[in-house]
Formats: sequence, structure tokens, C-alpha cells
Amino acid sequence: MINDFIYMNGYGTYVFSAFSFTIISFTTLYLVIKNQFIKEKKKFIVKFGSLEQSKAKTAKLQKINREILSNTSIN
Amino acid sequence: MFKIFEPNKIFQVTSKAQKYVLFLFIIVITIGITEALIFSPEDYKQSHAVRIMYVHVPSAWISLGIFSSITILSISGYIFKTKNFFLISKSLAPSGFVFNIIALVTGAIWGKPTWGTWWAWDARITSMLILALFYAMYLIAWRIYEDKDQVFKITTFITILGIINVPIIKFSVEWWNTLHQPASINILSKNAIHSSMLVPLIIMTAAFALFSLLIFLMKYNTELIKIKNKGLDRL
Repeated sequence: MINDFIYMNGYGTYVFSAFSFTIISFTTLYLVIKNQFIKEKKKFIVKFGSLEQSKAKTAKLQKINREILSNTSIN
Repeated sequence: MFKIFEPNKIFQVTSKAQKYVLFLFIIVITIGITEALIFSPEDYKQSHAVRIMYVHVPSAWISLGIFSSITILSISGYIFKTKNFFLISKSLAPSGFVFNIIALVTGAIWGKPTWGTWWAWDARITSMLILALFYAMYLIAWRIYEDKDQVFKITTFITILGIINVPIIKFSVEWWNTLHQPASINILSKNAIHSSMLVPLIIMTAAFALFSLLIFLMKYNTELIKIKNKGLDRL
């Protein structure tokens, strides 16, 4: 039964390569975008950390900056 | 008028929504793949090769949908001078491009057992390839131009040129003699596809749409943080 499923009347190679290509493309795109996100977030945290106290205070007034910093664990 | 599209407000939503979208995507894609590979019937003519449809068709639909959305957003951004529309467009483009490539590659894989060839310079396939080129030009333009106004102008121009190709893709199978079959799903008339195949197709389309939403959310947040990084430099 499993052999039939894999063989698919001789079309298995085509079907599974199409599905595999899709899954590989999804995974690659996800990882690329995730890496970009982590890189930018790290950059932001480093930059924020190097700010003078008064400037950091000003920057922290912005809600969006607080949001970015709220999850510094970088998942 | 477009205060709802302010980055500060959107960031709160997009950063929280990611994990829920990812969770939902995993569930829907699992159901979709099970339906597509196991429960859906084989075709009387194409046999099991028809299962390629479940990845090929949703990819083509979504790549066309994303390109149309990018065009509308770019033109609106240009008219209403809303920079955030350009940011949304930019964040949508990577998934649209990847779906376009998936549609082309899976189409080629499907073509071999059904038509006997991987590729034909047929109107539908060629116009899809042209769409991929427009996607590539759009993405490259964002990379090479530094000046904001210039990049807004150029990307809008690319999308306006590219959108001319979208109806050509849609109607190419009716206007010319093509190897590619005509559409089996029509909103206005009766579908030429049985519900046992239509249901997995809809599930897979939903899964792919969720994936593009996930990528959009991640990319959009990255772009916002990029802007904030520049803001910190100016402090």
C-alpha cells in the first residue's frame, strides 16, 4: 500500500518533486526573512544600548521602540 | 484618512499576529497536504499527476493576487502620498515572487508527464515568466535605489507596466491556442471540477494565503525596525 502511494502509477516522482520543491521554497523564504528580522532587531538593540541616557530616554518615549525592545530575547 | 495604516499601530498588531498565523498555517497545510496526496481522487485522464494541481494552481493565483495588490497599493501610495502603502507593497513582494517561481517550476514538472515537455513557449507559460521578471525588477529596484522618492516612482512605474500582463495571463488560454488548459474554476459559471478535488484545492489555497500573510508580517516588521534603526542614527 505504501509502495502504491509512493509509486502513484508512475507519477510519484513528478508529484513528490513538485510538493518537495514547494516545501523547500517555503522553508528557504521563511528562514531568509526570519534571518533578516533577527539581524535588524539585533542591530536595533545594539544601537539602542549605545545611546546616551538622555537620547535613550527620548527614544523610549516612542511606543514602537518600546514594542521592539519589549521582546529582547530574539526568538 | 489613512491613520489606521500608521506604522506604530500596525507594528503592535503584526508583531503579535505572527505566531498565531504560523500555528494556523501549520494546521491548514497539514490538512491540505493530506487531502491532496491521500484523500483526493486521481484523474481519469491524468491519473495521479493531477495532484500537482494542488500546489501549482494556488501558487499561480496568489502570485497574481499579490502583484495586483502591489500595483493598487503603489498607485494609491503615489496618489495619497502615503509612504506606508509602499512599505506594505515591498513586504508583499518576496512571497509573491516565490509563489510565481513555484507556479513556473511545478508547472514544468506537471508538463512533462501530461504534455511530454518541461517547457513550451506557450502564451500562458510565457506570460507567467514575464510576471516573474516584473517581480524581479520590482525587488531589484528596492535594492539599488537609495533615494525614497526615486524608488517610489520607479517601483510604481514597474507595477503599472506589469499589471498590463495580468489580464494577458488570465485570458491567454482563451485568446490564443495554448498547450495550457482553460480555467476549470469560474466564479460566474459552473465549475468544471468535482467537489472532491475542489475542497483540497481550496484548503491548499488557504494554506498558501496564510503563508504569504506570515511572510508579509515578518518582512513588514523587519522594514519597520530598519526605519527605526535609521531614526536612532539621527538622534
